[in-house]
Amino acid sequence: MLGRTAHSIFWMYRYLERAENTARLLEAGHRMSLTRAEDAANAEWRSVITTLGMRGDYEQHFDDYTGAHVCDFVLRSKLNPLSVLTMLEKARMNARASRSAITGEVWEAVNEGWMVLSDMLARQVKESDLGTVLASIRRQSTLVRGATHGSMLRNEIYSFARTGTFIERADSTARILDVKYYLLLPSLAHVGTVLDTSQWDNVLQSLSGERAYRWLNSGRMDSRSIADFLILDPRFPRSLAFCYSALRENLSALAQLHGEETDAHVAMRAAEMALSDRRIEDIFDQGLHEFLIEFIASNQTISNTIAEAYRFTA
Amino acid sequence: MNQSADQNFDEMHKPDGSIREAYHGYNNWLSKQDASRMRRKGSEAESVFRRTGITFNVYGESDAEERLIPFDMIPRIITANEWRRLSRGIEQRVRALNAFMYDLYHRQEIIRSGRLPERLFRHNAAWLPQMVGFTPPGSIYTHITGVDLVRTGPDEFMVLEDNARTPSGVSYMLENRETMMAMFPELFTQVKVRQVSNYPRQLAKSLAACAPPCAEGKPTVAVLTPGIYNSAYFEHAFLADQMGAELVEGSDLRVIDGRVQMRTTRGYRPIDVLYRRVDDDFLDPLTFNPNSVLGIPGIMDVYRAGRVTIANAPGTGVADDKAIYSFMPEIVEFYTGEKPILANVQTWRCADPDSLKYVLENLAELVVKEVHGSGGYGMLIGPTSSKREIREFRAKLEAKPDNYIAQPTLSLSTCPVYTRKGLAPRHVDLRPFVLMSPEGVDITPGGLTRVAMKKGSLVVNSSQGGGTKDSWVLDD
Repeated sequence: MLGRTAHSIFWMYRYLERAENTARLLEAGHRMSLTRAEDAANAEWRSVITTLGMRGDYEQHFDDYTGAHVCDFVLRSKLNPLSVLTMLEKARMNARASRSAITGEVWEAVNEGWMVLSDMLARQVKESDLGTVLASIRRQSTLVRGATHGSMLRNEIYSFARTGTFIERADSTARILDVKYYLLLPSLAHVGTVLDTSQWDNVLQSLSGERAYRWLNSGRMDSRSIADFLILDPRFPRSLAFCYSALRENLSALAQLHGEETDAHVAMRAAEMALSDRRIEDIFDQGLHEFLIEFIASNQTISNTIAEAYRFTA
Repeated sequence: MNQSADQNFDEMHKPDGSIREAYHGYNNWLSKQDASRMRRKGSEAESVFRRTGITFNVYGESDAEERLIPFDMIPRIITANEWRRLSRGIEQRVRALNAFMYDLYHRQEIIRSGRLPERLFRHNAAWLPQMVGFTPPGSIYTHITGVDLVRTGPDEFMVLEDNARTPSGVSYMLENRETMMAMFPELFTQVKVRQVSNYPRQLAKSLAACAPPCAEGKPTVAVLTPGIYNSAYFEHAFLADQMGAELVEGSDLRVIDGRVQMRTTRGYRPIDVLYRRVDDDFLDPLTFNPNSVLGIPGIMDVYRAGRVTIANAPGTGVADDKAIYSFMPEIVEFYTGEKPILANVQTWRCADPDSLKYVLENLAELVVKEVHGSGGYGMLIGPTSSKREIREFRAKLEAKPDNYIAQPTLSLSTCPVYTRKGLAPRHVDLRPFVLMSPEGVDITPGGLTRVAMKKGSLVVNSSQGGGTKDSWVLDD
């Protein structure tokens, strides 16, 4: 396949994944803000903006962190170069550019999603409609994923699609954890103050992991097992370990097809080493924040080396 | 324009209101349809087109970047008999065009014989000196041609225009049929219509048959598009997808080791046949337009070395010229030794002083076109223009008569469209698509029917608000 098409496919799936993750983050933020006093709610909205890496852009335009401003900025504001609306547009543009590499079902799912959402996001979203809009964003992403799973040939194109998805998802999980890492530090849990389990709920919700976590832990909650779950549990589809196992699988498929490994494979294996055969205690010993910073940087490196190794650009 | 339906030939209705033979089967079905169901189907079709992204981009309109071409659900129907004659005429014309291209770039017998004035192509912007003496693989120049036909009476089909440069619209021909079959499946069991869905396979086969000798095994075919902002991008992607070919842009291609190669994830790989949907000017910045960012530097050298096939061959745009068009009857006769089966529309060449005088005196009745124009731009339709528009056009014409030809305002045939108030006649034309390779000529039965959606309007171009219809050729 063309390097440019691989590039389009990779980024189409990255943007779709990012739009979905962003919606999830807003949902969790919104839930949190409903149960908080104004200051705490605003702090929550600030952490949403921080997680998305939009603080610089946001603070150029606003000096407060209200739900209305944050949601509008994140979802659709023209002031924001990476609004959900822009991401959906970029995903669609990339789908259009690689139209002959994806199935009609995938294209229709992307195009229809874009039509529905660009209409919903044409004006400011009322708080009463926020839940519907966010659910629609996740739903559209689900439809594309389903169409991809059910209709795409398992070839090189599919591998690039999945690679983009998991690079983005790993990045998103790591960022969410990094913004909230202090909540999960064992030292804080040991302080013995009243445990703020709603904060933990919030972290799990931003990753759609609350149900799975409860199911696995029979309702018990402690920071250690939450961190363990989100970072190392190979069964949870948004954990770092899961993302990297999927990444390895898809990069291996590419290596097999091409008959050779690339720098991306080397970088991926090194990163995976840091996840496999490790206990959460080891990561706490290293420092959770330091671990996550390193992870995010190496994830970025893998993305860059993939682009280079597979000739995304001339 | 005050042409009403009864002055024009209508494809469906005779002047007395009875149904023509072609439409008997269809009318039987239509008369049993419920009006509200038909209306609902019409809006369903539109949402299918939106969802599947069958759109086109209009140049110079930033607000509506992707638009739908209006689709009308009443088919344009051609009988098996009519089609037999049409397809013979089309094949004859396309073979003549290809022979003409070969001759123009070789011995120029037609000029030596005095049948065609030399100045006609010497001053033609589409004429490429780089093509002189070069023979493309299989001696094929016009791999894909669209022949625009109009009808003025029961047996009066005429060629209005030849499109040998980069004819577009074939994806609409295919999608219109898909849409009709999805909307009214029972209709196709009642009326037997010849299928069109083979076109992409035929295209792939025809292009592969023109591969250069250096192609190894199954030839690699790629579609070259200017990119996603081009007005016909949907069609480029569609055809690449349907053929299983790569859809490439200039930036994906490079000349390496004397071959045109595309940047794949495994490195550069040679292309044997390039179905280009960019104009000659944007093919090779080293040979043509140095400012082009779309082209592939050095591709013309590879082409002239016979190591890649470009379809259509560079320089075939000469045939689209409307002054050349006026000589088509002579051209057909010269190369085939036969009388043309399909007539031309009477054409006055404004370069000729007597013709110019006539045209200037009769501007209000004539259609005047630029010789290199296309897409319905830059033309004057006398009968529907204001005095001021005619005055302004007259000045342009007098300043540069060589640049224009004129034709009578034809009473184009009409075909009913479905409106909220029932059927209403609108003017139509027909663009059949023709493939040519050393293995032969292949014409898909039917083609693209374009329809002027406004009452009385003669302009069918999609860039000017025209729509399309499914076009049927009845099976015997």
